[in-house]
Amino acid sequence: MKPGADKLCGMTSHHRTAPHGPAIAAHGLRKAYGDKLVLDGIDLAVPQGTVFSLLGPNGAGKTTTVQILSTLVTADGGRASVAGHDLAESPDAVRGAIGVTGQFSAVDNMITGEENMILMADLHHLGRREGRRITAELLERFDLLDAAGKPAASYSGGMRRRLDIAMTLVGAPSVIFLDEPTTGLDPRSRHNMWKAIRDLVAGGVTVFLTTQYLEEADQLADRIAVLNQGRLVAQGTPAELKRLVPGGHVRLQFADATVLAAATRALGTGIPDDEALCLQVPNDGSVRALRALLDRLDDAAVEADALTVHTPDLDDVFFAVTGRPGNEKVQAR
Amino acid sequence: MSSPSYALRDSATMLRRNLLHARRYPSMTIGVVGMPIVMLLLFVYVFGTALSTGLGGGGDRAAYIAYVVPGILLMTVGSGAMPTAVAVCTDMSEGIVARFRTMAISRSSVLVGHVVGSVIQTMVSLVLVTGVALAIGFRSAAGPLEWLAAAGLLALVCTALTWLAVGLGLASPAPEAASNAVLPLSFLLPFISSAFVPVSSMPGWIRWFAEYQPFTTVIETLRGLLTGTAIGDNGWLSVAWCAGIAVLGFVWSKKQFTRGPR
Repeated sequence: MKPGADKLCGMTSHHRTAPHGPAIAAHGLRKAYGDKLVLDGIDLAVPQGTVFSLLGPNGAGKTTTVQILSTLVTADGGRASVAGHDLAESPDAVRGAIGVTGQFSAVDNMITGEENMILMADLHHLGRREGRRITAELLERFDLLDAAGKPAASYSGGMRRRLDIAMTLVGAPSVIFLDEPTTGLDPRSRHNMWKAIRDLVAGGVTVFLTTQYLEEADQLADRIAVLNQGRLVAQGTPAELKRLVPGGHVRLQFADATVLAAATRALGTGIPDDEALCLQVPNDGSVRALRALLDRLDDAAVEADALTVHTPDLDDVFFAVTGRPGNEKVQAR
Repeated sequence: MSSPSYALRDSATMLRRNLLHARRYPSMTIGVVGMPIVMLLLFVYVFGTALSTGLGGGGDRAAYIAYVVPGILLMTVGSGAMPTAVAVCTDMSEGIVARFRTMAISRSSVLVGHVVGSVIQTMVSLVLVTGVALAIGFRSAAGPLEWLAAAGLLALVCTALTWLAVGLGLASPAPEAASNAVLPLSFLLPFISSAFVPVSSMPGWIRWFAEYQPFTTVIETLRGLLTGTAIGDNGWLSVAWCAGIAVLGFVWSKKQFTRGPR
């Protein structure tokens, strides 16, 4: 852990030791916008000091869940508490304990990175010296010292996201909401963000993370909930979720749509992708199972151009619990 | 968390943020003070001689300066509403305001910061415009008390129009719309008032409108304070108008802001 994180932990200790219940608990959360039901009875329990990932495709209701739990919008039904405070009864107490980094950067682009940090320190009612100290620490920790005096509008996407998280940490929150923190970041920035999130958890903070990237949830989360069309369709550790699917799958590549159709008929199973000319077939990847698969294709005189074996991953979980392929639905922008 | 002292402190923080914006991007502020100065010079040097005959002064430019300055001062306040509405509207679409909403801070501090920041900027603009007016020959018989009363009235009008501008900014879907929504305050209403010509010279229903709309009431009060004309009922009417508009703007703005994110 970096020295900056160390000092921050010291400040958060009163948050972490006080309540013994879950950091986030929700029961039957419902929300509709007009006729459209966005959340249809969500139950959640997130233990303190863990990373919880809400995984789902666009429009599943991830952002709405974060908006409700972070007091931005009120739920139509259900109850929830965050950091031991009831959302409906004492929203200001919840606000005092949380930090939120939304999907779209929540920085003031017209002022510099440092001014943004001081603004946060002032709004947390920190003293002048304390505010400057924390600003300097966090700017260093998130590698923003060189850019501190430049307007945030001139920052790259990765820098702005780092500033965003640094601002979220100024008040030493005990629960942090990160709504799609790596969407739109390049692979390098994404890995840096992952490291920052791991550092946070090492400091004892509870992280509620939404993502549409299955790999991200797998990498970071202690527990994952899969959200689909406003309902939680699966919940558990990454390992538990993977156990939901008996095996992985193979992906077969074909020359044209006719061959793809013939193969789909011959195998009688799998999900064809007409655009990519691919067929995804459940298969545990053993030599015996692969040989059987290829034999059936041979019998039907269908030739595959390429074959790739995929061990069970969260794509398969998503397919198993929603009946839809995870890959394109989940990762489509 | 939302005790009065925190509300004050948070509002001061938000004010600092808005003044920082104004300092970093001064073009809006300069535009606001530039417009009334151009209007003043235009009306005095281009139309002044002709218009002063309408006052019964017989083509005396100095008399027209004395007549037009109170209106120009109010116009300065009106044009200050534009950057406020645009800034509020732009602000609401930024993620930073969503962040403020998730923090344990005084809710209205975001809006109060905008209002106080705008009032300060407009008062500075008023000093500049007054300076130009004095430089081109505006002379007032007013004593310190009258000047103070005029400044107080302008601050009151400014507060009222700024809260109205905040409400319009919050209600506007885009900054362009916000800019259009406040246009009557800086352009239409000053012209259909006693700012440039006496309302008695206007025809029919326009005259009726000009006579009773708040800009005329305020201008006649300012004119009385600065140039010694009769104030009559306009004094308390001005204060009533301002109080009404300020309360309306404040309540409307607060209601829109607490309703949640767009």
